[in-house]
Amino acid sequence: MNEFDGILTAVVFLPLAGAILLLVFARTDRWVRLTALGVALADFALAALVFLRYEVDSNDRFQLLDRFEWISTEVFTAQYQLGVDGLSAPLVLLTGLLGLCAVLASWSIKMRVKEYFVWLLVLQTAVMGVFVSLDFLLFFLFWELELIPMYFLISIWGSGRKEYSAMKFLVFTFLGSAFMLVSILALFLADGGAQLDMIGWAESGADLALTVIPISVVFWFFFVAFAVKLPLLPVHTWLPDAHTDAPTAVSMMLAGVLLKMGGYGLLRITVGMFPDMTIDYALILTVLAVVTILYAAVVTLRQTDLKRLIAYSSVSHMGLVVLGIGAVGMAAGTYSNLGLTGAAMQLFTHGTITGLLFLCVGVLYERTHTRYIPDLGGLAQRMPFLAVAFVIAGLASLGLPGLSGFVSEILVFLGAFKAFPWLTAFGAFGIVIAAGYILWMLQRALFGPTRERFAHVTPSNWVERIPMALLIISIVVVGVYPSLLTDVFNAGLASLPAMTGG
Amino acid sequence: MTGHDVYLLSPEISLVGLALLVMALDLVTRRKALLTLVAVAGLALPLALSIVLWGEVSSEERYSRLVGVMGALSIDRFALFFKFLILGVTGLLLAASVDYSKRLPRLRGEFIGLILLSATGMMLLASATELITLYVALELSALPMIALATFRMTPRGGEAGLKFLILSGVSSALLLYGMVLVYGITGTTYLSEIGAALATSVDGSIPFGGVALLVGVILIVAGFGFKISAAPFHMWAPDVYQGGPTPVVAFLSVASKAAGFAILMRVFYTAFPSVELDWSMLFAILAVVSMTLGNLMAMVQSNIKRLLAYSTVAHAGYMLVGLAAVASRIDGDGTAAGPGSLLFYLGAYAVTNLTAFFVVMVVANKLETREIDDYSGLSRRSPFLAGALAFALVSLIGIPPTGLFIGKIFLFTSAVQSGLAWLAVAGVVNSVISAYYYLRIVRLMYMGEASDKKKLRVSAAFGVALAVSAASVLALGVAPRLITWLTDGAARVLIG
Repeated sequence: MNEFDGILTAVVFLPLAGAILLLVFARTDRWVRLTALGVALADFALAALVFLRYEVDSNDRFQLLDRFEWISTEVFTAQYQLGVDGLSAPLVLLTGLLGLCAVLASWSIKMRVKEYFVWLLVLQTAVMGVFVSLDFLLFFLFWELELIPMYFLISIWGSGRKEYSAMKFLVFTFLGSAFMLVSILALFLADGGAQLDMIGWAESGADLALTVIPISVVFWFFFVAFAVKLPLLPVHTWLPDAHTDAPTAVSMMLAGVLLKMGGYGLLRITVGMFPDMTIDYALILTVLAVVTILYAAVVTLRQTDLKRLIAYSSVSHMGLVVLGIGAVGMAAGTYSNLGLTGAAMQLFTHGTITGLLFLCVGVLYERTHTRYIPDLGGLAQRMPFLAVAFVIAGLASLGLPGLSGFVSEILVFLGAFKAFPWLTAFGAFGIVIAAGYILWMLQRALFGPTRERFAHVTPSNWVERIPMALLIISIVVVGVYPSLLTDVFNAGLASLPAMTGG
Repeated sequence: MTGHDVYLLSPEISLVGLALLVMALDLVTRRKALLTLVAVAGLALPLALSIVLWGEVSSEERYSRLVGVMGALSIDRFALFFKFLILGVTGLLLAASVDYSKRLPRLRGEFIGLILLSATGMMLLASATELITLYVALELSALPMIALATFRMTPRGGEAGLKFLILSGVSSALLLYGMVLVYGITGTTYLSEIGAALATSVDGSIPFGGVALLVGVILIVAGFGFKISAAPFHMWAPDVYQGGPTPVVAFLSVASKAAGFAILMRVFYTAFPSVELDWSMLFAILAVVSMTLGNLMAMVQSNIKRLLAYSTVAHAGYMLVGLAAVASRIDGDGTAAGPGSLLFYLGAYAVTNLTAFFVVMVVANKLETREIDDYSGLSRRSPFLAGALAFALVSLIGIPPTGLFIGKIFLFTSAVQSGLAWLAVAGVVNSVISAYYYLRIVRLMYMGEASDKKKLRVSAAFGVALAVSAASVLALGVAPRLITWLTDGAARVLIG
């Protein structure tokens, strides 16, 4: 039963160890930054190694396992169980990449530097933990752990109504996870025998008669927790506030990986363990998705604050994830993982694209001290590198072929169209609107006549350019050569019970 | 009393000896710091003796126990778990209160001695299996606390002490009256014999037998309810917590509560398993009332000690969930899930609440304030204190990676297992509500501005005690197996 490869434990706990190191030893701000950078770099390297070591063709669905018995009492047994499959391996890579970019994007933080980097690293441990945990209790532990650093990061280093936003974020997520806890306990007490072991549930599926709570309640409780995190209408209202008031790097982490926890939960648990329920309720999911895509897209058009605009566009793009999931069940008896692969791809591509968008806004704000779009304009000449990065991110976000956003969107729509042609056709309008708001935003913020008051604006520096370049590279590479990721996601999703008819 | 009895009582006897030694030493030495040192080091002896006794009863067999003093005491794993817990709490508390006791130059020996005597009573309570012994042990644990509550000799402290004395007396009277009724019906004061007598119906032979028994049981619940500060018997707690010296209050909220639950479990398991009263429902209702009332009242407090008082009321409610789960399993296949979870929760709660109270203690001592608003900006004045308090509060909410997160998971799981899913839901909802007032303090400490920028320094002994208790909260959160082997073994004594 006990196996220990070690690399996943390392990738999860390295940032935490780094945080402790900072707390105990780092004295000057310079050392704090360099140590954090070193840790983030090492963690990224480990994450890349995890991704490379994952074997697509292997017969073992879950690989690189670390497991031993963690809690064992008469009430309760739980495993310390980490592992990756095709679904989580790319997300580990994404977390490593964004963690590194977030540290670099935080270089200009001046206030309470040590505390800031400690929380940022703790956050990374929590998110990594969510993606690789294969035991429900451990999963829940990391899921909740992420709240604390996030709360502090927004409420101390944020701007505007930061304390209100942080509290709102906390309350929404906490309430969502309370629902999840009830579902986890119900699964634990079910007569399936798999208990808290996510591998066991992933293999058998959880569509069975539960003794305590009706299975549909368990399904919807999980769904609510993930929908809050994703977020889906109507529980999305925390996100624009949290994004707007969070510091740049935290917005990157929030949009880049924290929202992905919701999508990951939907794929791993909702689809992975309740395939039949997902298919039964696919219509409801698809309607919710289409409403989210269109509503958020329309709202995005009306935004005048850059960060708020990108935040709402994230809500719209996350709707695509659910659209892809809704496509899982097609005509009776046949399944397709086209939509699911699209949904999983969307998690990755949106993570890098929105990360880059928020980074660009952060760099811009640093110099202009405003995010109010009508006040901006004519910055392309002053900041050429930033303008290029911003435009690439924008084009990727609206789905330009050759960039990564296109790949995930086309997969989602292809999958969804077969399942619900009319609804999908409606949803596709979201893309049209996206083209509108992105191009309009770029035009107003970057182009047009140069303005007097931005004469002092300096071009971006190297510390800012490195993370931008990293993210651009990942966007272009995935756009040009998508099977790098789609093969891996496919391998993970093909073994879901829904796909194998199990 | 035979030699064997002395052996069984050796942890308690050595603790009384230690108390007397400290008080005698107080008369002859001028170096008062020595007293704390002797007391903390001296605790090693009762601890070692308890470990020796554990060795004798550690076999897996349910009835592995040593019975002594004419059957009035049972040394089993259940009792020993509480002895370990109480000794640990006492040690940490004495080490942490070294700064506080400096301010009592003339009464330092008495302060330590009384705490040790009260701890003796609690340890005795955990192994009592006979009503009179139980009552004597209960008074031994309570009387020193009453004296300690008035220790500062301030008007507020006097008021707190008096309230505590009167309400403690009333609750003892209720308890005694309940015991008398039970004795009248069964004709014995031994818990196991009461259980046997009640198993064969008594209703027919004694006039009003069933009703009298019911009243007796309810009176006993009320008497213990006071001890564990569960609503609606919690009225004393806020006033005593606010007025009493902080170390004493900390001891009261942790050790006294643990001992109260120990005896409550022992009595209901051994004596009343077959009483025709749905005591699962009784405890479930008390649980909901306690946690809801405690949490709602805590929201409106401005004094941190009053807030913590209502917080302990709420936590008594969570613990009663475990008791209700225990109770409803009696007729079933009898797993030790409920008691095991409750014991774990008691352990995790003890270290968590001690951590919180230690910080409150040192802030009250250095800043002369107990107002929550004065915690504003504490993180900049002392990252260590603020971090420890924030961590304890996170644990009290039940957010991982803390001991009470695991504790709550255990408790609520055992409730659902016993068919009390609604009780688990009430518990989860209450935890979410409680986040509001606990996080308010965290927010103040980290986001508020400090009125005074001066750094706070703490003594080494206090620092070690705080670090140990905070580390225990973390350790129980990430590696619950550290004590689950103890709690499971202890719980199996109650249910085979």
